[in-house]
Amino acid sequence: MNPRTQFAHTAGDLVETDPSVALVYAEISGQFFGEVEARHPDRVINVGIREQLLVNVGAGLALTGMRPIVHTFGSFLVERAFEQVKLGFGHQDVGGVLVGSGGSFDIASAGRTHQVPGDVALMDTLPGVHIHAPSTSTEVDTILRTTVAGNGLHYVRVVGQTNGTSYTGRGFHVVRRGAGATVIALGPVLDDVLAAVEGRDVTVLYASTVRPFDSRGLRAALGTPDVVLVEPWLAGTSAHVVGDALRDVPHRLLALGVARDELRRYGTPADHIAARGLDAAGIRQSLDGFL
Amino acid sequence: MTEIPRLMSLMTGDEKHSFAATSTLDVIRVLYERVLDVSPETIGDERRDRFYLSKGHGPMAYYAVLADRGFFPETWLAEWGSFDSPLGFHPDRNLVPGVEISSGSLGHGLPLAVGTALGLRAQGIGSRVVVLVGDAELDEGSNHEALELAAALSVDALTVVAVDNRSSSYAVPGRIAERFAVEGWHTASVDGRDHDALEKALSHRPVGQPNVVVAHVEEK
Repeated sequence: MNPRTQFAHTAGDLVETDPSVALVYAEISGQFFGEVEARHPDRVINVGIREQLLVNVGAGLALTGMRPIVHTFGSFLVERAFEQVKLGFGHQDVGGVLVGSGGSFDIASAGRTHQVPGDVALMDTLPGVHIHAPSTSTEVDTILRTTVAGNGLHYVRVVGQTNGTSYTGRGFHVVRRGAGATVIALGPVLDDVLAAVEGRDVTVLYASTVRPFDSRGLRAALGTPDVVLVEPWLAGTSAHVVGDALRDVPHRLLALGVARDELRRYGTPADHIAARGLDAAGIRQSLDGFL
Repeated sequence: MTEIPRLMSLMTGDEKHSFAATSTLDVIRVLYERVLDVSPETIGDERRDRFYLSKGHGPMAYYAVLADRGFFPETWLAEWGSFDSPLGFHPDRNLVPGVEISSGSLGHGLPLAVGTALGLRAQGIGSRVVVLVGDAELDEGSNHEALELAAALSVDALTVVAVDNRSSSYAVPGRIAERFAVEGWHTASVDGRDHDALEKALSHRPVGQPNVVVAHVEEK
């Protein structure tokens, strides 16, 4: 089961088992929700192609004490409807689980309109928001169940790019320990990072929950103060939290991610990952220059 | 009830004029005095009626009515807008007892109200959700997303009261009621200063369709 199908499956299961859970969507992924919508029409709500409404209906449900899962492509969920996220959830101070699919690369062939490399940076402007980038179907399932059972506002980024190994639980997992630099893999870049550092004596950390950022975990694992950050969304998105974590440690930082420029190319996710220098070869090349 | 002018003057510093010009005053008074089933004692009850002031700009009438109904002390009114006051120029539900939504940016209250009405229905709660919008606020397209869905899903717990002081640019006379009607809403147009007419229209709960009351007041 791919991550997006897993999301739909888990969300449907949560609606089935918990009467306080509602699922709100805007046409997208409707092909997965037919059965659960037929059984629970009051709690599975398709708002049509109305994304401003999508987010505020979720917030309005939360105002009655329900726990909404709000879903569409990430670009329409957090960019088109950002003020609804900021005010409907943030300013009202109600919680929910926003699930954006597509990410930076999934819908490469559709072009810029369906790509959302800026989502994590944008959501990171909101106080107290939790941001998750699960990188396997198992991680999607675990994170969705945990966030829906919890409270507060969560953004879950569900994409097709995956890692080979699942890591559950918040904070950094030390995937590889070395004497040299520290390479931080956020979300589904871990396999490419591991391939890129082969032959180097470096530490590799991985986290799927990127906000709150595990500053303590980074400090505990830090070797030489050369830090490489690899994140499959806007380059530099997490540079400020690394800077805060190491504010009293003289350090160097290489922040890899999706550059700001618009690529204006179609093709496949793999084409775009390579074009952004985020495949193993690209990461290796960047490391060669930095270390 | 005669307290309202005095309470408003605590904010406006004006005994005679400003409060009377507040377009929302009579609608909000009628809602809290005659229509809504909510009080300081029941504000935490999930079965209370909800009032969402979507047009959060110019909330003096709202604050005066809430103070008059006992949701918070009237001593708060004089300092409104100051750094230490919970009463801002736009209301915040997290700061003011009785305030159901934090508003200010236009076009959010009606979509939130649709979600709330759906949430109450999913929980088997029969309470009403009444949302106040301004005629110019309906310029915002987000409202039109919401009013379409509310009718399509027969959200009959929902009432919109649109206070029309003809402040929308590019207005077309009669557009508001027609716009809602074409989607399947029950509509009524009343004098927004006539308490009995407002009470009658706002108390009506059509079955199977949401309700809009266009409250006409003097031009801004």
